[in-house]
Amino acid sequence: MTTTPERTPEKSKETAPEKSDEVTLTIDGVEVSVPRNTLVIRAAERIGVQIPRFCDHPLLAPVGACRQCLVEVPDAGNGRPIPKPQASCTLTVAEGMVVNTQATSPVADKAQQGIMEFLLINHPLDCPVCDKGGECPLQNQAMSNGRGETRFTESKRVYPKPINISAQVLLDRERCVLCARCTRFSEQIAGDPFIALIERGALQQVGIYEKEPFESYFSGNTIQICPVGALTSSSYRFRSRPFDLVSTSSVAELDACGSAIRVDHRRGKVMRRLAGDDPEVNEEWITDKDRFAFSYATLEDRLTYPMVRDEETGELRAASWPEAFLVAARGLAAAREAGGVGVLTGGRLTAEDSYAYSKFARVVLGTNDIDFRARSHSAEEAEFLAANVVLGGPGSDPVTYADLESARSVVMVGLEPEDEAGTIFLRLRKTARGRHLPIYSIAPFTSRGLHKMSGTLIPTRPGDEAAALDALVNDGTVALDSGGLLLVGERTASVPGALAAVARLAATTGARIAWIPRRAGDRGALESGALPNLLPGGRPVADASARVDLATAWGVEHLPDTPGRDGAAIVAAAAAGELGGLVVAGVDPADLPDPVLARQAIEAADFIVSLEVRASEVTRAADVVFPVAPVTDRSGTFVNWEGRVRQFGKALHKPNSLPDLRVLSGIAEELGITLGFRTPEQVWAEMTQVGPWDGARAVFDHDVSDPGITLAEPGSSHADGSLVLASWKQLIDDGRMQDGADDMRLTARKPVVLVAADTLAELGATVGDTVILAGPLGSLELPIGVADLAAGTVWAPASAPGASVRHLVGPAGCAVTITGGAR
Amino acid sequence: MTDVLTPVLTDNWGTDRSWTLAAYEDRGGYAGLRKALAMAPPDVVEIVKGSNLRGRGGAGFPTGMKWGFIPQDNPNPKYLVVNADESEPGTCKDIPLMMASPHTLVEGVIISSYAIRANTAFIYVRGEVLHVIRRLQRAVQEAYLAGHLGKDIHGSGYDLDLIVHAGAGAYICGEETALLDSLEGRRGQPRLRPPFPAVAGLYASPTVINNVESIASVPSIMDRGAEWFSAMGTEKSKGFGIFSLSGHVANPGQFEAPLGITLRKLIELAGGMRDGHELKFWTPGGSSTPLLTAEHLDVPLDFEGVGAAGSMLGTRALQIFDETTCVVRAVLRWTEFYKHESCGKCTPCREGTWWLAQTLARLEQGHGSEADLDLLLDQCDNILGRSFCALGDGATSPISSSIAYFRDEYLAHFTHGGCPFDRQASTIFAKVEAHA
Repeated sequence: MTTTPERTPEKSKETAPEKSDEVTLTIDGVEVSVPRNTLVIRAAERIGVQIPRFCDHPLLAPVGACRQCLVEVPDAGNGRPIPKPQASCTLTVAEGMVVNTQATSPVADKAQQGIMEFLLINHPLDCPVCDKGGECPLQNQAMSNGRGETRFTESKRVYPKPINISAQVLLDRERCVLCARCTRFSEQIAGDPFIALIERGALQQVGIYEKEPFESYFSGNTIQICPVGALTSSSYRFRSRPFDLVSTSSVAELDACGSAIRVDHRRGKVMRRLAGDDPEVNEEWITDKDRFAFSYATLEDRLTYPMVRDEETGELRAASWPEAFLVAARGLAAAREAGGVGVLTGGRLTAEDSYAYSKFARVVLGTNDIDFRARSHSAEEAEFLAANVVLGGPGSDPVTYADLESARSVVMVGLEPEDEAGTIFLRLRKTARGRHLPIYSIAPFTSRGLHKMSGTLIPTRPGDEAAALDALVNDGTVALDSGGLLLVGERTASVPGALAAVARLAATTGARIAWIPRRAGDRGALESGALPNLLPGGRPVADASARVDLATAWGVEHLPDTPGRDGAAIVAAAAAGELGGLVVAGVDPADLPDPVLARQAIEAADFIVSLEVRASEVTRAADVVFPVAPVTDRSGTFVNWEGRVRQFGKALHKPNSLPDLRVLSGIAEELGITLGFRTPEQVWAEMTQVGPWDGARAVFDHDVSDPGITLAEPGSSHADGSLVLASWKQLIDDGRMQDGADDMRLTARKPVVLVAADTLAELGATVGDTVILAGPLGSLELPIGVADLAAGTVWAPASAPGASVRHLVGPAGCAVTITGGAR
Repeated sequence: MTDVLTPVLTDNWGTDRSWTLAAYEDRGGYAGLRKALAMAPPDVVEIVKGSNLRGRGGAGFPTGMKWGFIPQDNPNPKYLVVNADESEPGTCKDIPLMMASPHTLVEGVIISSYAIRANTAFIYVRGEVLHVIRRLQRAVQEAYLAGHLGKDIHGSGYDLDLIVHAGAGAYICGEETALLDSLEGRRGQPRLRPPFPAVAGLYASPTVINNVESIASVPSIMDRGAEWFSAMGTEKSKGFGIFSLSGHVANPGQFEAPLGITLRKLIELAGGMRDGHELKFWTPGGSSTPLLTAEHLDVPLDFEGVGAAGSMLGTRALQIFDETTCVVRAVLRWTEFYKHESCGKCTPCREGTWWLAQTLARLEQGHGSEADLDLLLDQCDNILGRSFCALGDGATSPISSSIAYFRDEYLAHFTHGGCPFDRQASTIFAKVEAHA
């Protein structure tokens, strides 16, 4: 049964309801005061009466379809009874109202039993083989509010079962009680009405348009809120029984939203994941990626023992943990002397691990050459993060999900929330639907996500974002002020001057900045100082007092005092043979700003220590490989985009699966250095003790005339006919953490290259034609489509299963050409 | 006979090409419109209120009061929607009216829209009656050409567009909020109320939804006055209405008479029962109203009278059955209709009609016992007043009323091992056979 989530009042920005906003009514003889407009079904929950229900869901608009929640109303608040039993899920409270539920009213009880009987006449008796059996609201409520014996002796309605409504979601129409939760979710919450009720009477059923299956990024939520076993997932169907599962609360590790999830496992294996119920963060929804992408940790390429490169054969061979620690320690000690060691940590680590790398780099390797940014980045970004983001930014009034709901306006730049931060997308869409929050997007075209948020496009060619931001200072329509929010995607870093423009715009208008990275560990890494210019707790490397403060806390004599190399510089230095070695955490070279150079760096580096969950390009080239624990096997903390601390416990107990921080501490010990921790809990205690920097924070004074990275010339088409590529990663793509989620991947959006109508006409192509998109890295055949892109601009997904533009054509901002048009 | 009948709406049905504008205006058509346009809209509402016209779609809600609910300070446009989705089994008043005299309705629409300050009106007509749709469309076209519709109607400064919309054949779309959903292009299923259509109806704007006959009565009220109208009928059910007699009477058809007339009188007007047969049961207002029997022949057919007899006036669709009809079989047919037409939105109607039809089919074949009648009545009890809209309630009416009046006939099916009736005897062919 889905009941109303408890909300913690002190966190809510709403003021406590005035007494006059309360309505007092009597339910089952118990007087209760609830806020005006409360539904009777919720008011009854307040006095501990659970009225049975199916269609009712606290996050969906009332529909009153299933009629299971009928109650008797002897007094509607006006002294008169309502003659018929009323659906308590659609009836709002009134002062002086008297309600009798099944607990006290024989009429309500009989009405509910009658409805339950009706629901069961056409419901198949396949509970013993149904995924929902054991956690089924129909089963439970049939026991609590139904008859023990059936009076139905005639024929049940039968359908072929199940049918696929997408590769991931299966529909069993016989089990469906037509509560319309799934269709209402898709329409009201996700904005993907790919499923709808069709036909009528007892033949009414959930249906799809066969050419547009239920390929929504949020489709899995319908499975979870289905009150029967009508919707099941193809990956979980028949896999286990609810009562055999052990559930662990956790946090989704696939984006920076910090969504609460529940990990259900059995005999040491994760069977499924569900959305957790966290009203302040993800409410009750998660993306399909959060839900279905978890098999990556159990694939055949999972590393289970340390390996070292054999001196004689040159091949990796299994090693004991002590041997691996020793070899790594010796190698790093030598590399430290021979040019130094660079540390690439990636964005997937827990805050504790990032902190461990941060401390390891400074204390063991004696360097600030550490960067978590395994993507396009710049010195401008590092300074922006240090000045405006870390510790919640200046003034420390960090933007939260609640702020998304109360903002006066929202401007997004370099952010496509539906692809990059699904929970933010849902919250923005909710607010746009509910109170028409004006949302603006500085982007190349009106994406489907922006359309669903009823957002307004500020059409911007890649590279022109800074100018677009500057233009907003005096824009009377957008009218940014202190009630405005600037949601800054991590991609903004790839545009020189854009983050400076963000900072300027915020300073001028008073709008608050929220930096939205893509990966779960990004914000925690920032707070932990996994950056060349920042130490843990937001301490600027350049600030001597901050260094002294941290050195004292760490009990070391001094810390390296010059800002280090950033990720791109580490890669370049390694490729040029300037560095003695690399420590690489979960970083895919393909994600780095220059994948080609990254691969050269890995080849060129003399000594690489790789800490990985699964075999990768890096582990294959590494000299020492440590298997590290995926999130299921350890406890830890992610810090989401809000700066909210999201701690999670260990779901599975695997003694041999160690977190990165334990490995780093083992290596350090071989070098005679005690990091001071061996468990995430110890790290967290130390992080808390070290605390945030309370001195002066870094000032953002980046010289924006330094372009940092090379972009295609903004403007119209190049003389050679080339176009500027706009691009970002789609939610479901070829990412390694989605490996194994094959059914989900089949629901990915089909890759398409989008051009302006004029460009399409110039090409002589029609929508759907296959064209060749060519760029600096190569070319790819893709179908062509049309969008409201600026002339000279083209969009293609940076990543999609089997067609990665990022790797096969080039990065966002590069010059590309389109040829062909033949089918 | 002429004393009893009061032909107003049906008065011109017999004239040559009665559906044309010329024929309608020849008999004084559109006079009511001119009178209305000379008044202020609230005055028109007052006249309709004063006439005590009650909704002719079945529920009998006072039409003028409904118009008064339209919030005139709402910034959204106002709409008038005419419910011409006549689908209730036995009901055949709106369709003949629109067939014979579409201009009566069109004139009524213009006056009513003017009264509520709507600039757009819709006639939602049942999709199956193609010929009627064509007549309506032609009538609307003629009205536009004559300046009765369009911009600045007859120099009054009042604009009105009238759209004839064909439904797609769902009984549920006669339910006013399902009709609105259907008119908006959605799947026709009833909406949650509140908000009521008067506040947020079509396109979430203030909307009046009236039955064809209600709106068609407006021109005559404007032309001849509220007092003329309210002089007819009974104390609380004023005016006249079309009574549709079908079934085992000699001359089935439409009879327009003041409310309060009795079935005895109407059967007399229809030439009596089928030769050699007597009345067994009848529906006062379509199959959704509980059955009545010969003992109710003298019940005044107005809202109060039929209500007091345990049924509802409904749409005055009088389906007449003589003693050759098996009530179980008739009820089964109706129940199959409701099962087929249930929209599926709510559980009791969707599942209940599915079950009722199966149970009744079983009983009709003689498989069952008296306990099954209690089961049937309990199923009805679990549907009536528990479903989302009145469709579910209506589905139970024939069953519970037939068991109340004809329990023995149900039982006879069990003792007889099936239906004890000669099925041929109730058909129209039976007479031929009998005389052959």
